[in-house]
Amino acid sequence: MFDFDALINCFGMASCAVNQLTSGLIIGMLLFLVASGLTLIFGVLNVINFAHGTFYMVGAYFAFSTYLFTESYLLSAFVGALGAGIFGIFFERVLISKVYGQDILMQLLVCYAFILITDDLVKLIWGTDYIAMGIPDEFRLAPFRIFGGYVPPLYAFLIILSLVIGILTILLISKTRFGSIVRAAAENSPMVSALGIRVPLYFALLFGLGCALAGIAGALAAPVRSLTPGMGFGILIESFIVTVIGGMGSIPGALIAAIILGLTRSIGSVGFPLFVDGLMFLIMAIVLIFKPTGLFVKGSPK
Amino acid sequence: MKNYKNKIKRRSFIKVAGLGMATTALTGFPNILKAANKPIKVGVTTILSGRVAILGQTVLSGMKVAVDEINNAGGIDGRKIEVISRDSKAKPDEAARLTRELVNNEGCEVLLNCEASGATFAVNEVARDIKKFCIHCISETSSLTADPKNRVPWVFRAARQGIHDAVGGGIFASEIAKKNNLKKFATAAPDYAYGRANTAEFMEYLKLFSPGINVTTQTWPKIFQPDYTENITALLNAKPDALYTCLWGGDLVAFIDQASLYGLFDQFQSFAVNLGDLPILTAIKKIPKDVYGGARYHKDIPDTQANEDWYNKYMAGSDVLPTNWSWEADTGMRFLIDALKKTGGDTDPMKLAKVTAGNKIKSPFGVDGTMTIRGEDHTLVNYVIAYGKTITKDPYLANIQQSNWKDIYVHEKDWKKRKKYI
Repeated sequence: MFDFDALINCFGMASCAVNQLTSGLIIGMLLFLVASGLTLIFGVLNVINFAHGTFYMVGAYFAFSTYLFTESYLLSAFVGALGAGIFGIFFERVLISKVYGQDILMQLLVCYAFILITDDLVKLIWGTDYIAMGIPDEFRLAPFRIFGGYVPPLYAFLIILSLVIGILTILLISKTRFGSIVRAAAENSPMVSALGIRVPLYFALLFGLGCALAGIAGALAAPVRSLTPGMGFGILIESFIVTVIGGMGSIPGALIAAIILGLTRSIGSVGFPLFVDGLMFLIMAIVLIFKPTGLFVKGSPK
Repeated sequence: MKNYKNKIKRRSFIKVAGLGMATTALTGFPNILKAANKPIKVGVTTILSGRVAILGQTVLSGMKVAVDEINNAGGIDGRKIEVISRDSKAKPDEAARLTRELVNNEGCEVLLNCEASGATFAVNEVARDIKKFCIHCISETSSLTADPKNRVPWVFRAARQGIHDAVGGGIFASEIAKKNNLKKFATAAPDYAYGRANTAEFMEYLKLFSPGINVTTQTWPKIFQPDYTENITALLNAKPDALYTCLWGGDLVAFIDQASLYGLFDQFQSFAVNLGDLPILTAIKKIPKDVYGGARYHKDIPDTQANEDWYNKYMAGSDVLPTNWSWEADTGMRFLIDALKKTGGDTDPMKLAKVTAGNKIKSPFGVDGTMTIRGEDHTLVNYVIAYGKTITKDPYLANIQQSNWKDIYVHEKDWKKRKKYI
């Protein structure tokens, strides 16, 4: 099951090391975008958004349709994020806000119903067929060669863009008035309401932001991942692992955890191809045993 | 005396007539009446949701071609064929449950099972248990019919079989390997029964026909995995001479798109057995050139008027292009219809089995315009197996070569002996 020779061999060669490290980063960064939305919503609203993968799917489909008309990758990504964000606000206002503070089972049921309904809507609008958006012409370039390894220009772009979006989100939550209000409302919403601030509006916007992060990940990945109804499910499970390892509510935690998982996947494919998923869950189990709050959250577990 | 005689005769007549009517009433007569009015219900379970839902759709459109033909011609002795389909969501337990329901609640008299391998094995046991005539139309796993343990006297397969493709593909790939001196092979296959069995069988025959080949790297992505980056880089690191993959459906589309970013197809020769299905070829935005692929269903293979006609009839009733599953479902339905014609609409499983074993029908997908369900192992033979090379425009596959069934029969027999099936 474990092939340590192959692993040592790989890291003895610069080309192999470059390939695996960059592939780990690209897997990790897209996962980070999805997981950061999940952790943000949990951290502030204390809601586990089981329907988060749906917004990843919605973002990808919106981006696909926009790309058909405009052939602009960046505009498609923007529309994907915006569409997922607005859809998220709708979901928050109409459905999930009705079960805030209720039993987790209730939240789970509402989310599950929403996943099924949205999957069916996607089938009605875009069909059951798998769709490929195709790689935008501006990124149809020969891969960069770094120490003999291959780095596709699109992936280099996605790594940088994801990092920028992640940093902007952290700044938005920690440094702006919007961020201060939602953090304050998370701690004590009656008090914030008493100050004349419309807390539900801020909660809805924050929920929309979280969904937009999932949406932009779906939209950015659309050129290389085939689109199908139900595509959000796989990424949801990995996002949960990231959130548990990084700590519920911590965006920097999600970043580190997503990179750890990305590297586990990429290095694992060389050294232990049959135990990649097993190792991801093992890391999660170890974190849960020794630091149940996750790597980046202090205090007692929620 | 005369009158007495007449009296007796009349009484006898009444008795005999009464008895006759009672007998007919209890046995055949209402059945004849009922049969004349009622359609023959065919129960079908297939995958109609999830990432491969499109394949289930093309199953129903495929068999519709055969059903429309017979129904427009008046049915079987006046009885029309009615397909009742259910979505198994690719789950074996669901497929088994729905199959029982189709028979018990919907009154289906015969079954066409259109499931992938996992669920097919489950339905196979249900058909054995409830004793209903059944044709499997999709599963390619060789042991389904080759292994006597799995065989049921009234169950047949009208689909490709892995071992046939492995021999045909192995011969095809070995010639290319010899010509281009390809020695080091890498594989990328979905991590479940089909992916593992298919890869093992293909490599076994490739090595047999072209000794000196070895497998240096194998990567096993999960089925429906969104991202193949780590698998692709693992393949690049291994620097093989050639790659074999049996990824299929949307997974293959995503893999090819992602691998193209790394220029993978420029660096070594690739063989993708499941590439030649039209919805896949059209879904890939930029098909890499010179990848060898199996022709799963193609309107030009075989390039005959019958195939062209079938394609046009199919497209008239479907908004999705036909797939490998379409011709298989159509074929299953045609064997069923032919058997029903021969039994005069009788759905007794043993009577249908008797006329299906060894049956040969005309078919646009047969090598010489015919296909046979072999009597000895209840499986389909003589269908077109072909491989070609991708080109970037419609019809996407060129230089098509058909496999020779004589070779396949010889190696299939050896394989069965090795597996102790015969």
